[in-house]
Amino acid sequence: MYLARVTGRVVATQRYTGLEGVALQWIQPLDEDAKPMGDPLVACAAISSGPGDLVMFVDGREAALACPTTFVPVDAAIVGFVEQAVSKGAIIGRGALERA
Amino acid sequence: MLLGKVIGSVVSTQKDEKLEGRKLLLVQVHSQHNKPIDQYVVAIDSVQAGPGDMVLYATGSSARQTTLTEGRPCDAVVMAVVDSWDLGGENVYEKWA
Repeated sequence: MYLARVTGRVVATQRYTGLEGVALQWIQPLDEDAKPMGDPLVACAAISSGPGDLVMFVDGREAALACPTTFVPVDAAIVGFVEQAVSKGAIIGRGALERA
Repeated sequence: MLLGKVIGSVVSTQKDEKLEGRKLLLVQVHSQHNKPIDQYVVAIDSVQAGPGDMVLYATGSSARQTTLTEGRPCDAVVMAVVDSWDLGGENVYEKWA
């Protein structure tokens, strides 16, 4: 799993059967200093995340297991909110707390 | 999933028999700011997408998790046609605009 920031939302009505009702969101993977790392991608949201949230996501085939129907072509899924992460002794992000 | 635009289709008569009857699309990868990237993939279609459509495609072993691609030599599948998306509250793409 990786750290990421949710940056946007995607609307797609025509989608693979079994993916109905699953939220699609843009995420930007982050490094150990919470700086953007690599290219943004679209992930299925297994939680009620939204733009600005600090989250963790899983990629590869396992991502489909986070969806309501598990036999779906999904290669990235947001699986948890990150309230706080500590890296090298420093707090690198406070997702939910930051917004409060 | 990555974003791309369907820029054409691929015709292949001589191919692995497990790929018979599958629709192949040529997809140009696009950035989240809707800028075309010089990178192209051939993907199997699972959502009746066509040329001009902005789509999402899944890669790797996840691409085999459809009834069309299960157990077949496929590593990219188009799994959604994108209507719109926004970034930080700003609308970036609108299909029907």
